[in-house]
Amino acid sequence: MPIKVAYQATIEYMQILDEQGGLDAKLARDTLTDDQVVMLYEHMSMCRRLDEIAFKLQRSGRLGTYPQNMGQEAIASVALAARPQDWMVPCYRENAALYLHGLPPEMILLHWMGDERGNQIPEGLNITPMSIPIGSHMLHAAGIGWAARIRGDDQVAFTFFGDGATSEGDFHEACNFAGVMHAPVVFICQNNQWAISTPRSKQTRSETFAQKGIAYGLKVRQVDGNDIFAIFRAAREAVADALKGQPTMIETLTYRLGDHTTADDARRYRDPAELEAARKRDPLIRTRKYLESKDLWSADQEEAMIERNKAQVDDIVARATNIEKPKTTDIFDAMFATIPPELARQRDTMQTNSLGQFPQQETLRRGATAHSPTQSPAHA
Amino acid sequence: MANLTLVQAINLALTQEMEADESVVLLGEDVGLNGGVFRVTEGLQQRFGEHRVVDTPLAESGIMGAAIGLAMNGIKSVPEIQFEGFLGPAYDQLVNHAARYRSRSRGAITVPMTVRVPVGGGIHAPELHSDSPEAIYAHTPGLKVVMPSSPYDAKGLLISAIRDPDPVLFFEPKRIYRAFREEVPEDEYTVPIGKAKIVEEGTDVTVVTWGAMTIQCINAMDSLPEDLSVELIDLRTIYPIDVETIVESVSKTGRCVVAHEAPLTAGLGAEISSLVQERCFLHLEAPVQRVTGFDTFMPYYKMELDYLPEAPRVAEAIAACAAY
Ligand SMILES: Cc1ncc(C[n+]2csc(CCOP(=O)(O)OP(=O)(O)O)c2C)c(N)n1
Ligand SMILES: [Mg+2]
Repeated sequence: MPIKVAYQATIEYMQILDEQGGLDAKLARDTLTDDQVVMLYEHMSMCRRLDEIAFKLQRSGRLGTYPQNMGQEAIASVALAARPQDWMVPCYRENAALYLHGLPPEMILLHWMGDERGNQIPEGLNITPMSIPIGSHMLHAAGIGWAARIRGDDQVAFTFFGDGATSEGDFHEACNFAGVMHAPVVFICQNNQWAISTPRSKQTRSETFAQKGIAYGLKVRQVDGNDIFAIFRAAREAVADALKGQPTMIETLTYRLGDHTTADDARRYRDPAELEAARKRDPLIRTRKYLESKDLWSADQEEAMIERNKAQVDDIVARATNIEKPKTTDIFDAMFATIPPELARQRDTMQTNSLGQFPQQETLRRGATAHSPTQSPAHA
Repeated sequence: MANLTLVQAINLALTQEMEADESVVLLGEDVGLNGGVFRVTEGLQQRFGEHRVVDTPLAESGIMGAAIGLAMNGIKSVPEIQFEGFLGPAYDQLVNHAARYRSRSRGAITVPMTVRVPVGGGIHAPELHSDSPEAIYAHTPGLKVVMPSSPYDAKGLLISAIRDPDPVLFFEPKRIYRAFREEVPEDEYTVPIGKAKIVEEGTDVTVVTWGAMTIQCINAMDSLPEDLSVELIDLRTIYPIDVETIVESVSKTGRCVVAHEAPLTAGLGAEISSLVQERCFLHLEAPVQRVTGFDTFMPYYKMELDYLPEAPRVAEAIAACAAY
């Protein structure tokens, strides 16, 4: 018997808008309208501004550790392919998509300001809070999509994660579940080439991240992750497939222009030349070039937008900063639908040691005579 | 002798053990060129090479499971889990394999592995970067659990851990990674696993603690009246727990306060309180007091100091216990 090919696969890479702002008109047909491109450019610019301000807030001690999104704003395009009822199950580098899907931007700031109210997603928005354990949340997207199928709801779950996240076991389980359950899920791997200091070359021996999806029966695509047209087109096709029970994995090739977080210093491990080259592929630059080449954008418009963005970002920061202090009781009250009595006692006394909480413990010890309650020297 | 921080002392212990024993291999996320996110392994890859200080893919189950295999086949593996909150994916490997191999193979297969994990709160870190899960692992048969509170002990304990024939979970309290310095000998020395340290001798109340809480307890003692004599015990090893030192102390003082960052319910305070009740019943003058985190999550950093049992809460409990 001759040896036969048991399986063969190819992966397409798609770029529609190149670094110079040149557009592949054929591939771009029926994708983004001029208005949408202008809107995306303005939105991405606002996100960049907000990102820079968040960085400064961290440096001046008004924000905790913050992961900059700089360079990955084109991911916003996914939100144009999503319908209002669709879910977003994110990590932390797709802020631009979340805002467009309706998340108030101050919530992300609040989160990184150490405030759980930044996770209190407003009713009606199908977005889960940013996920901290890398690679774990994609399973929730598989479940969310599966639930939509069970209930017969017209919903798709988008989930976002990094190149590093594909090394976690949960990533593989999520792909497998989505595949086996025919769940309407779109996996979006933002391959920004780095996982903290770990380069893509040390993360996997696979040639692409997209090919990992093939193993689980997903449709896979690789696109230029700084290209709003390519991302939109891939995401829109993925929605159509998802609704037919075919999940997709899209690998977006992008680059983390900043440090991993404000606690990181990428100069320790990253070649400055690589960063310089990546700056030339910035999604903002190419989108603006494209708009200008089409006479859809002028220097005046740019100037006016910068002023608008400044004001808008100031507003966002004010909303995050001027919020009243959280109540300590929230720590307890948020735990369960109904608080157990012992937990309520901890809340009410802010104490875990028993003395001072049960007066009979002390009166029995000393007989019936009244005595002064124990005084805290620390409070004296 | 050099005046070192906890981070530097751990780095020194790793350097010396790697020099002394070629079979010691470090692995984990970002531990190589970047020196770890806390710089604990700074300079080690440059010194010992990429084959002995290994940047792994982002996979805690992978790191732990592979470290077990390495240890089973002649490599003294020292995996790092970047933060205690990410022990989750490694739990199955650690608890269902590392801990059990010796026993289930009746000694035929052993796992001489030391798992390094930064632990605890108080550094304004994001979610899942500030927890204290030591009780979970102390509750796991087959694991040794260590948490130093000083540079000197950190070096000596880590060397003991690496040389130990069984898996050791070595928790590093990140709040005091760089909080103070201490004289740490260049020369080789060990601090035995399973032996607590009496930080300060006293006669009225015994305070039992470990890790970064040791510093909070010292601060609490400073705020108490001078005629209140407190004996402070730093456990250093959480499992196997040094019962003798605790029993001896409480038998003398008759009063005991346990302080830890982790939640109250089923925390180690409960275990210690139980031991004291069983072994010192007739000496006890007051109910054992537990000063701990609440039965909630460690809040995001705006409220983390409301959660942590800081020095004033510890002082209050000591005073109440002494006055009882
Ligand atoms: C389970 C888990 N392990 C480790 C970490 C620490 N950590 C946070 S982000 C990160 C790298 C993530 O890389 P990637 O998935 O490529 O996303 P990127 O940050 O590049 O967007 C690591 C190791 C974590 N948050 N969760
Ligand atoms: Mg990445």
